[in-house]
Amino acid sequence: MIAHAIFFYFFSIIAILSAIMVIASRNTVHSVLFLILDFISISCLFIMIGAEFLGMMMLIVYVGAVAVLFVFVVMLMNVSEQKLSWFRGSKKSTHIPIGLIVGFVILLELIVITGGWKYKDTFSETKFLTFDKDFTNTHLIGNVMYTEYIHLFQISGIILLLSMVGAIVLTYRKREGIKKQDYFRQVSREYEDSVKLVEVEFNKGVKLDD
Amino acid sequence: MIEIGLGHYLTLGAIIFSLGTIGIFLNRKNIIVILMSIELILLAVNINLVSFSIYLGDIVGQIFTMLILTVAAAEAAIGLAIIVSYYRNKGSVRVEEINEMKG
Repeated sequence: MIAHAIFFYFFSIIAILSAIMVIASRNTVHSVLFLILDFISISCLFIMIGAEFLGMMMLIVYVGAVAVLFVFVVMLMNVSEQKLSWFRGSKKSTHIPIGLIVGFVILLELIVITGGWKYKDTFSETKFLTFDKDFTNTHLIGNVMYTEYIHLFQISGIILLLSMVGAIVLTYRKREGIKKQDYFRQVSREYEDSVKLVEVEFNKGVKLDD
Repeated sequence: MIEIGLGHYLTLGAIIFSLGTIGIFLNRKNIIVILMSIELILLAVNINLVSFSIYLGDIVGQIFTMLILTVAAAEAAIGLAIIVSYYRNKGSVRVEEINEMKG
C-alpha cells in the first residue's frame, strides 16, 4: 500500500508540474514536450491503477500520434521563436484576472464534488459488471466493447474517417506550375498517335516536320 | 494520506482540468497552446472515468475513455488543420491578431 502511495504521488506531482509548464512555457516546443511528459505520467498512473490496456493506448495515441502531430505543426509554422512574456501583451487587456477567477472557481467546484464523494461513499450502488480476476483488462474491455457497445465503436471509427477527410480538405491546395503525373493520359496514349513510320531515302536523311 | 483512494485520483483530475482551463484563458502566445490545453482537459476527464471505473468495478468507464480518446485525436487533427490553413493565409497564429470576426 505504501508503494502505491509513493508511486501515485511521484507520477501525479510530475503530471501537475508538467501541466503547469505546458501552459506557462514561453517556447511552444517546450510546451509540446511537457505535454508528452504529462501524457506519459498519466498513462503510468493508469497502468499502476489496473487499466493496462488504456495506459498503453494512451501512450500509442497521445504520445505516438497527437503529440507528434503537434510537434510537426509547430516546426512547420516557425512560431517557436515568438518571444512574448506571459502576462505582458502589447495591448492592455482584462481577460487574465477573469481567467484566473474562472479557473479557481472550477477548481473549487471540483474540490467540493470530490469532498462530497469522500463523506458519502455509498453514493452509487449500481454495479453492472464486477471485475473477474481470471481475465485480463484487455479481455474485459473486449468482452464489453464488441458486444454491448459495438455501435459506439463503429461510430468512433466513422468519426476518425470524417476527421481524416476533413483535415485533408482543409489543408489541400492546388499548386500552379508543378509537373504531375497524369495516369489517364499516360495509359490512354495510343500507338498511332505517338509513333510515325517514315521511309528513309538513301543519302537524304529525315526532316522532322516540327 | 498513505491510503490512496478514489478521492486522490479525482483531485488529480480536478487539478489538471483547472490547469487546462487556466491555460485557455491566460494564453497570449499562439493558438496551438490553446489546443494543448484542450488536450489537458480531455486528459483530466479520462483520469476521472478510469478511476471511477476501477474503484466502482465497472468496465464501461474504460470503454467511454476509449471513445474520448478517439474524439480527442479527431479534434486535434481537425484543429491543427484549421490552424495550418489559417497560418497559410494570414502568416501568424498569435491570439491577439486573430480578430477577423470582431468577437
